[in-house]
Amino acid sequence: MSETPTPRRPLSPLPEKPPIPTTSPTTFVGGGLVEESFDLALARRHRNGRIFEWVCWLATWGSVLILGVLIAAMAWQAFGWLTPKFLVSMPKRNPAEAGILPGIVGTFWLILLTAILSVPLGVGAAIYLEEYAKPTLLTRFIQLNIANLAGVPSIVYGILGFTAFVRMFGLARSEYLISFGIGTFQLTLPFGRTVISGALTLALLSLPVVIIASQEALRSVPPSLRHASLALGATKWQTIRYQIIPSALPGMMTGVILAMSRAIGETAPLVAIGAATYITFTPGRIGSLSEVVTRPDKLAQVPFDSFTTIPMQIYGWINEAKPDFQHVAAAAILVLLAILLISNGLAIYIRQHFQKKIRW
Amino acid sequence: MSTMRFPSLLALFLSFGLTCAGCVQKAPTAGGAGDSGAATTTPAEGMAAGTSTTPANVTGTIAIDGSSTVYPISQAVAEEFETKFPEVKLTVAMSGTGGGFKKFIAEEIDVTGASRPITEKEAAECKAKGIEYVEFQVAIDGLTVVVNPSNNWAECMTVAELKKIWEPDSKITKWSEVREGWPEEPIQLFGADTASGTFDYFTEVINGKSKSSRSDYTANSNDNILVQGVVDSKGALGYFGYAYFAENAGKLKAVKISDGKDAVCVEPTPETIESGAYTPLSRPLFVYTTKAKLKRPEIAEFVKFLLSAEGDKLVSEVKYIKVPESVKKTMTDRLAEALK
Repeated sequence: MSETPTPRRPLSPLPEKPPIPTTSPTTFVGGGLVEESFDLALARRHRNGRIFEWVCWLATWGSVLILGVLIAAMAWQAFGWLTPKFLVSMPKRNPAEAGILPGIVGTFWLILLTAILSVPLGVGAAIYLEEYAKPTLLTRFIQLNIANLAGVPSIVYGILGFTAFVRMFGLARSEYLISFGIGTFQLTLPFGRTVISGALTLALLSLPVVIIASQEALRSVPPSLRHASLALGATKWQTIRYQIIPSALPGMMTGVILAMSRAIGETAPLVAIGAATYITFTPGRIGSLSEVVTRPDKLAQVPFDSFTTIPMQIYGWINEAKPDFQHVAAAAILVLLAILLISNGLAIYIRQHFQKKIRW
Repeated sequence: MSTMRFPSLLALFLSFGLTCAGCVQKAPTAGGAGDSGAATTTPAEGMAAGTSTTPANVTGTIAIDGSSTVYPISQAVAEEFETKFPEVKLTVAMSGTGGGFKKFIAEEIDVTGASRPITEKEAAECKAKGIEYVEFQVAIDGLTVVVNPSNNWAECMTVAELKKIWEPDSKITKWSEVREGWPEEPIQLFGADTASGTFDYFTEVINGKSKSSRSDYTANSNDNILVQGVVDSKGALGYFGYAYFAENAGKLKAVKISDGKDAVCVEPTPETIESGAYTPLSRPLFVYTTKAKLKRPEIAEFVKFLLSAEGDKLVSEVKYIKVPESVKKTMTDRLAEALK
């Protein structure tokens, strides 16, 4: 670096000095000191930059490596066990016949209901807090609480869900048969250990995340857009409906899907509410896809049936005495990872899709 | 446009809800007895009619919970029961013996598995709520004390030696401190976690007091972790249910147990556990249900199936030990009495 004759001199007030030809950068001779130490400092700054780059590289590829090792280990264990039959079979005591069907179906209904329950509430709360609420002490208090709730361990929500939804604070048990033209479904109060109890619990768990993500999305809408809309005579409702929500939608959807991805993997709250680890049927006992349309009574039964999820099945299999069940559990973990990857991929796709429409 | 899809779906869902004009409250569950009466008169579809109920006509849901030790039995029986009675919906969960009894007393579940008998406190709570519970012993488990296969010294241990190792203020860190002549190999301990019925039982029979144990050992509710721990370290000593030993028999060595000074060393095998020779670590496993619930045909059939020869076969298949004939007789008599 000392060969470069052109002096780099960002500090203009320094007096002009002729460049001193040096053999080693450590020799400090008279007036050459300033020039020399600048070169040294520059080298150090470049070195720091490189170190930082390396640390960041390590952070990225380190986590990729950990994920890679995890997936490879699981794939190794699951090799030969993750078959199409595994996806459509009921769980069995014989590891070779065991399947994950009730877990996949249970997870699907549970997350669908969780989304139906938490998205309108979460997005609504976010819009209210961002667009309507005045910054009083009360709203700041609510805001603080939401941020805190996002950090509460999930098992706590499980205990809350158990008392509030499974037991309904000790309400006496009563059963209702509600009839459609074609069939009936059974509703029990308190809800007991059913899909609806699980969904309500997971909705509580994901609400803070949905609210915070939606608020962030709303905040990122430029104020100029609001001002322009209002200036053109649009009402507040019109501004929110036609400008703000469409602009914030990609961000909101990303937040919602990430919150749902987290809910898919939850085990602790479901253990707390007493979800089954082994089950002989799927919620509603819907036998085929067409029955979703042709048998509304079965569809209506879904929220009020017992259920299991993929993480619950994994939890059960890991505890099994037969060593082969560890392979079954590994196969189930791969299925869970695949579902998470697909839903996260979907999140990215949706965000890209909606972002294309936004121009400002 | 795509934003409109969701509200219309919701509207569809709500309109389904509104079509139920005739919402009927179902009679309390005791009315299930009436169903079984009806079942005898209804012709079964392609099935030979039984004396009282036919499989096709037994419906309903059976919620099973409780001990994770009894879980494999409940699961296997539920699986086979479902193939015989396809209209019955079964769920099996594992909340532990204590957790199972809590839900049993709150009447949230129909059957609970227990790796110890009901406590006086739990029995009193049942009585206070008017629950007449019925206890059935379904199997025997032999808690197995295991060491690493490369351990060539600990062939047989006495209960007193186990107590010396596991008692609350035990200072034992090497095998040589357990018995003279054993090597100066450090001892690594693996055992059940404090919330399990296994821990309660082991501490009671070895240390003389339930739940009193040294605490500086590797405790885990997942027995596979304990198996792995013993497999991986030469000086290891652990204990867990017989099923986990039997499934990993090639990788572990079971220690013979001698109860008392002059007693003989007994190896845990299905025979010694069933005959009661393997003592004091053999323990009975139970399921509990209530008299009122046994009035429901699906519960009665389930317990009948559990106590049948097929049930015994399943118990052996999941590596537990079936109960002796005399106990079985008591259990079937108890069921017949409760069904009256």
